[in-house]
Amino acid sequence: MHIKSKVYNNTLYVILCGELDEHSATHTRMTLDEAFSGRGFGQVIIDLSELEFMDSTGIGVLIGRYKKMKSKNIPIYIANPSTHAEKIFKMTGLYEIMPKIV
Amino acid sequence: MKTNNFMEVVFKAESVNEGFARVCVASFCVQLNPSIDELTDIKTAVSEAVTNAVVHAYPRGNGIVKLRCELIGGSVRIEVSDEGVGIKDIEKAREPFFTTKPTEERSGMGFAVMESFMDKVEVEKNGLKGTKVIMQKQLNANARVVVGE
Repeated sequence: MHIKSKVYNNTLYVILCGELDEHSATHTRMTLDEAFSGRGFGQVIIDLSELEFMDSTGIGVLIGRYKKMKSKNIPIYIANPSTHAEKIFKMTGLYEIMPKIV
Repeated sequence: MKTNNFMEVVFKAESVNEGFARVCVASFCVQLNPSIDELTDIKTAVSEAVTNAVVHAYPRGNGIVKLRCELIGGSVRIEVSDEGVGIKDIEKAREPFFTTKPTEERSGMGFAVMESFMDKVEVEKNGLKGTKVIMQKQLNANARVVVGE
């Protein structure tokens, strides 16, 4: 898993590249938390256009990040999910806490 | 029903092997000419079952996961088994959002994902110890495997 991030226009953009499973979960959590701990943004967009695989471990990782950012009142949005990731998001209700943006 | 082809692999219960297990099953199923969506469904279900074994079966480490894949006509049957501590209450474990590790950011959706992506999922004790997950999925109607041609 490789994670790219940048702040632009009051938004933290995070791009997840690779596979998100149990093996990559710890690294993903740590890298996202590091990016989220920065300043200069009022919302986060997680771009999944380069995510090649995700199972339900990814849902746990995303919900964990949501809980952390909720205490700072910073919303997280999901962009460019694959149809496969979307299936898991809809099944688990993730979009109710991290809406999809077009 | 007659098995047209099968494969078995055994590997250490380590998270680094999850990707291997997914690719291994997907590669084997390619002979049924599945769609990309079907392959992704299968890879995800396998990943969930193997993750369960890696995370829950061996609290002391040093365990193994056995993966068996059978092609029967146009369908695939996958067994993921371990020789670990077993699941105390299988019915409870299959409930959506149930997790025995609530402090570890786990979604508790592993079995729900398997059930959603496969046609049939059974969970049972693996003999005297451990757990066996058996999953089946019918692939596209035109898929047929012919061994020996």
